[in-house]
Amino acid sequence: MKTNVRKLTILGISTAAAMVLSYVETFIPVSVAVPGVKLGLANLVTLFLLIKLDWKSAAAVSAVRVALTALLFGSAASFAYSAAGAALSILVMGLLKITGVFSPVGASVAGAVSHNAGQILMAIVLMGTREIAYWLPALVLSGVVTGLAVGAVGALLVSKIDLKA
Amino acid sequence: MKNKRLRNDIILSVALLVLAIAAWGVIRFTHKTGEFAVVEIDGKETARYPLGDDMSVEIVTGDGHVNTLVIAGGRASVVSADCPDKLCVKQPAISRTGETIICLPHRLVIRIEGESGVDTAS
Ligand SMILES: [Zn+2]
Repeated sequence: MKTNVRKLTILGISTAAAMVLSYVETFIPVSVAVPGVKLGLANLVTLFLLIKLDWKSAAAVSAVRVALTALLFGSAASFAYSAAGAALSILVMGLLKITGVFSPVGASVAGAVSHNAGQILMAIVLMGTREIAYWLPALVLSGVVTGLAVGAVGALLVSKIDLKA
Repeated sequence: MKNKRLRNDIILSVALLVLAIAAWGVIRFTHKTGEFAVVEIDGKETARYPLGDDMSVEIVTGDGHVNTLVIAGGRASVVSADCPDKLCVKQPAISRTGETIICLPHRLVIRIEGESGVDTAS
């Protein structure tokens, strides 16, 4: 019972941190030319939970974060894109964690690129046009850069923060 | 073990970068100067305007929302819109086939179509 309270507290703080990151990235004009695309800074929290706890915790925090962020500072469209991006990136990072082929930085790069690919796939579904794939190179590029940065910070957090303390 | 994973990280990142640059190159190479700006709302074409004629038109989308499309000097751009994010206004002007300006909130796509006779691929 006590561990459940501990875990709930950790998940609550994680959700708050993820929402702050989602909010902060709305001020970063890196993606003006690429419609609806976000940096995916909240992947930092997902990555951390995936490594320190389990994929269920990471998925739960992501789901709550996406829903609350859309309610507070998003639209129906941005919700669909965020949800698709978050789902695909968790799936990929979770699978990579199981295989253990990459370090947290590599998993983060794969997660960030999947996050962007998920947003594009959702755009193709919603808008009924393939031309959005035109932005894929820019999205892969920004995914690699964001993934490296998020992965580096994430690896640092994973080594510095001990949840069992 | 740690070095192996680090090596895999680097291989993954470099492979993705090469892929992105290659895809970008293919797009630059295969997309030529276009002839028409095609307006699509909800995935359905509603109008097309020749890039050769300078003009300005108010596109009214689904719920009475408005995006103002301007064609000038063979390039199409959205100069104003009443959408919340204004991403369509911030997107650069387009002139090559396959290039798009997208207004997600209004489910509007402006797409360049048709090869023009003159090849100005750079
Ligand atoms: Zn717009």
